[in-house]
Amino acid sequence: MTERPLATAGEASTAPRVPWTQRQGWLSQHLGTAIIGGILGYTFGHWLGNAISSNYQYIVNSGQNAIADALALIFGVVGWLLGIGALNYPLAKLAGRQPEKEVEVNDWSKYFRYSTNHKTVGLQYVVGVLLFMFTGGLLAMAIRTELLNPTTHYFSADTYIKIVSEHGTIMMMMATSIVVGPLGNYLVPLMIGSRRMAFPRIEAFSFWIFVAGYMVIFSALPYGGFPTGWTGYAPLQTQAGPGMVSYLFGFAVIGMGMMAAGFNIAVTIINYRAPGMTWSRVPIFVWSILATAALLTLATPTLFAAGLFGLLDKTAQTAFYVTEHGGSSYLWENLFWFFGHPEVYIMALPGFGIVGEILPVFTRKPLFAYKVGAAGMIGVSLLSFFVWQHHLFQSGINPDMRPLFMLTTELISIPTGFIYLVGMGTLYKSKIRFEIPMLFAMALYFNFLIGGVTGVFLSDVPVNVTVHGGFFVLSHFHYTIMGGLLFAFMGGLYYWLPKMTGRMMNKKIGLLHFWTMFIFFNLTFFPMFIIGLLGQPRRVFTYAKNLQGLNDFSSISAFLLGFSFLIFFFNLVWSLYISPQKAPANPWDSLGLEWQTATPVPPHNFERIPVILTDPYHYSEASAPAVADLGGDERVPAVSSHDGSGVA
Amino acid sequence: MSIRGRLAIVVVLFLVAVGLIVWSVASFLTPGTPGGVMNFTNTQAAGQPVDLTVQSVGAIGFGPHPTWVSYLVKDPHTHQWVQDTTWKLPAHSVVHMTVLQYDSGSPLRNQEWGQVQGTFGGTANLNGQPYSVYDSNTGNGVGHTFTVPALGLSVPMVGVSGTAQLCGSGPCQTSSPHNTITFSFKTPGPGSYSWQCFVPCGLGYLYGNGGPMSTQNYMGGFLEVVR
Amino acid sequence: MNETHHLRRMTTIWIVLSIAADLLFWFLVGPHIPPGRMTDMASSNQFDFNILFVIAIPVLIGVWIYLAYAIAVWSAKRGGPEPVGGEAARNNRTAQVAWITITSVVVIFLAGFGTVELVVNHGSGGGEGPNPVWSPAGAIKAETAALAGTGTWSPNSNQVLPVQVIAQQWKFTYRYPTFGGFETPQLILPVNTTIAFNVTSLDVIHSFWAYQLSVKADANPQVNDVAYTTTNQTGPFTVRCSELCGIWHGSMYNYGRVVSQQKFMQWAQATEAANAANTKDLPPFAWTYVPDANGAAGGYYPDGTVTPYSTVETYGAKQPAS
Repeated sequence: MTERPLATAGEASTAPRVPWTQRQGWLSQHLGTAIIGGILGYTFGHWLGNAISSNYQYIVNSGQNAIADALALIFGVVGWLLGIGALNYPLAKLAGRQPEKEVEVNDWSKYFRYSTNHKTVGLQYVVGVLLFMFTGGLLAMAIRTELLNPTTHYFSADTYIKIVSEHGTIMMMMATSIVVGPLGNYLVPLMIGSRRMAFPRIEAFSFWIFVAGYMVIFSALPYGGFPTGWTGYAPLQTQAGPGMVSYLFGFAVIGMGMMAAGFNIAVTIINYRAPGMTWSRVPIFVWSILATAALLTLATPTLFAAGLFGLLDKTAQTAFYVTEHGGSSYLWENLFWFFGHPEVYIMALPGFGIVGEILPVFTRKPLFAYKVGAAGMIGVSLLSFFVWQHHLFQSGINPDMRPLFMLTTELISIPTGFIYLVGMGTLYKSKIRFEIPMLFAMALYFNFLIGGVTGVFLSDVPVNVTVHGGFFVLSHFHYTIMGGLLFAFMGGLYYWLPKMTGRMMNKKIGLLHFWTMFIFFNLTFFPMFIIGLLGQPRRVFTYAKNLQGLNDFSSISAFLLGFSFLIFFFNLVWSLYISPQKAPANPWDSLGLEWQTATPVPPHNFERIPVILTDPYHYSEASAPAVADLGGDERVPAVSSHDGSGVA
Repeated sequence: MSIRGRLAIVVVLFLVAVGLIVWSVASFLTPGTPGGVMNFTNTQAAGQPVDLTVQSVGAIGFGPHPTWVSYLVKDPHTHQWVQDTTWKLPAHSVVHMTVLQYDSGSPLRNQEWGQVQGTFGGTANLNGQPYSVYDSNTGNGVGHTFTVPALGLSVPMVGVSGTAQLCGSGPCQTSSPHNTITFSFKTPGPGSYSWQCFVPCGLGYLYGNGGPMSTQNYMGGFLEVVR
Repeated sequence: MNETHHLRRMTTIWIVLSIAADLLFWFLVGPHIPPGRMTDMASSNQFDFNILFVIAIPVLIGVWIYLAYAIAVWSAKRGGPEPVGGEAARNNRTAQVAWITITSVVVIFLAGFGTVELVVNHGSGGGEGPNPVWSPAGAIKAETAALAGTGTWSPNSNQVLPVQVIAQQWKFTYRYPTFGGFETPQLILPVNTTIAFNVTSLDVIHSFWAYQLSVKADANPQVNDVAYTTTNQTGPFTVRCSELCGIWHGSMYNYGRVVSQQKFMQWAQATEAANAANTKDLPPFAWTYVPDANGAAGGYYPDGTVTPYSTVETYGAKQPAS
């Protein structure tokens, strides 16, 4: 703790003054101060924007001031970060002072604070992504309501587009972090035998800016929404109202969190593996997170820059994307998809990693073709940078490059196929225990197959003429992202929540949840392939009368699918709060390192840094060695170079 | 606490969440302007033509976006001007439409919309004079068009001179300078047909197509044709 | 039960089911697969879809059979065989090499097949940008003449018909350069004729999707996106916008019609005459148009001027003169 002069002279105080960043209890920094900081920043930004720009002719004419809205959101996010305490450390460093360590709180209020403990951040993320998912899911219900009837409109035409856009954007932002955030942050250190992430403050930052991003993107609705879908194509983007600012800045904010999280996780996996955790012993989930982290770190800057250009077009009247003023309508498409296609694999790879962990445990067999699986993930992430123009096959851009992009896109199905090789090989002559996580893992193999095979249709340029931009592609990516990643995430939650919370999830409610989700997912999205083939474009509020039957079938299934998520939330509340059942330390008899430590996980994860002896997949081997030497007799000194208490 | 107690807390919180959701849907997802449907199906005897009178105003003057351009429709029952762009019309009926154009004009982005299309005789009347084409690059330009793409119906509304003392906010009175455009068309079978304006009149937006042009109840809406 | 036993059983079921499903699909469903056979491009794209589907069926059925077999036979409850641990269960060189080889061969075949179909069918009806690399015979000649204002088209002449698609918020309109450059919201086409669609936009990005014609080309401002198709049946077809373009994107559709060459000629000449008054007010025919980005006075960019619908040529940077 540093000496500092008293702020006000004459204040009688005998006790040593506690710096305000070190206060305890209600007077410390927490969600409440973050909200206050956000509101103050927002108000200031709004005032500033109006003060400098409200007399511009185009703002007077339109009556909408995007500059004020942009500044309000920017200052709001800065205020939020100041309020939660994310900037204490860097500001102190900037000022040349010795920064204080974050106060670690050990009661429930730690979940509402800037916590540098990776387990706290992981659980914060669980709640964060579920909130995202719930919001996006409600908007999906609204979409399916509008599509119940081709001529009766429940929402006005512009509101419908705004709902579609908000749904897509929220879901994409959510899906980017849905595994890396909660499970990546919580499990990676446990799986590689580390006490913490490499940069705990960056980790905490990535969560709190993720929450800020949620609020920024949600602010689009009170601002009047944006009409562009999640792809935000310019120059429609430049034409839109101030809700577009929320989209552009929201992606930038979320992008900062993605870059921070990706960088942090990659560094952690590379540098913080326990002794003996060689690359051939790293769990397959960690491989998938490493591949994802590489994509997050390398692809997101493109989105960040693209969003910044768009924000400038909307506020400073630059013309990056406006052809008539020297820009290009293709520029956004290129930048967006250059990020967007790696993004698609950000939303697929972690799912493969999760099922790769679940299958061996519930088949009691080693993971088949482990090295091929890991290579497949790296291969997918490399190839994903070379396929983005398959989103633009019909756009007139680089038409002579279409065969190349067709080839690279179809090549990606080879490493993706490795995941099936791994899964089917592991199932071979196994002894399957149909616990909930296993059901979700097998559902991924079912769903993703349909998603993957239809992807080949989309990558074929001649067939793409019919299926591009219609419900076919919509169904395809719901099959891969929802049918793949979301099913894997649910499996992962049922599998790891006992370790993370110390409570078992209820199996009966879980079964009901799984079967309703699996059945109604397929009944919702499979008809959409046919709807798409029959000529219904995406994002339309009206459609041909003969498609009403299929659309209604899909809508009713979608409502029931929505209901299955309510069952999940009920299970969560039931198992964690209403009727909690204590979980044993290793309920699934897993060999994974994360299950070898106690439940609840000790503050420093392991008694001492474990020494890894082999990989965690020696199931059904009588003479198999223990996964790791966890020690247990000797205690680590309270202060060591590996002390994880928030030093970065 | 007993299981029942906890269950009760959860149910209460759930209901609060549902309330918040309903509130936000009502606040943000329903149009911010007096929405609804103007009914023209009971204003005349069956088989008789429907009289539909609208006005276009350069700045509506009220509501959340007072600077936006808008159409207003005359309520056939109360004869009040209402900001409502969804009109319920009987199927297979003749509609006599009168547009009071209070707004100034500009060139069209696409002169194609300077043609009168889909009306009886392929013409409309401007202050009593029939016309079938208007060159929007000359004179006062075109203020707005009334276009129903699915019916092939489109009529350009010639603008008022921009130097005249224009009506500042709606609803405008006939004492302000205006053009009166009349035309007739026949409604098709039942269905929901969107209509819009093809003049880039959303001031302050790229291509003039944002803002009022991109928001229902200003420069676009539906003809709800019913049996 | 030994190893080959499981695989042999599964393989037998797989082969039988796959062949049956493939045959059923090819003969019963295949001929009805969208976009139908209204144009040459539509027929070949339908053929491509069906080839892909015939290859996809064994893949789908193979994995499904495997999963179903695993659930039925290798469930722990049913007292299946003991799982195998150790090295034998971790790797199987034959299986791995076979898997990688087979997937690679299939994938590379598909890419090659798709490329051949794309090139042979002159872009398969997809947007090929301003300078198409795979043009049908006579297309460049017809397009060049159309821009110069000297283009003609008459029945039974086997000429390519250039049609311009102008996308705007929120309607497609069409210009026929070989008939005096008249513009109309109707899209009427002659049968047994190669059509060169020249798709452009006056504002944001749209996408011209003539569903039954198997044509899809994005409309970008100041870009001429060319797509070819050859009609071979008469009848109606649907045009929809398939790129989100704002509030009325959903109602940005119209119905076109392919008619006999004589009927088309009558229609085109009649419309040319009827629209003559408006055609002279239109800008001269060009591949792209630049209406002022501001729209009405007081627009977004503070340049103040209002210029109507001026022209810029972007077509033909790589065009031969003839």
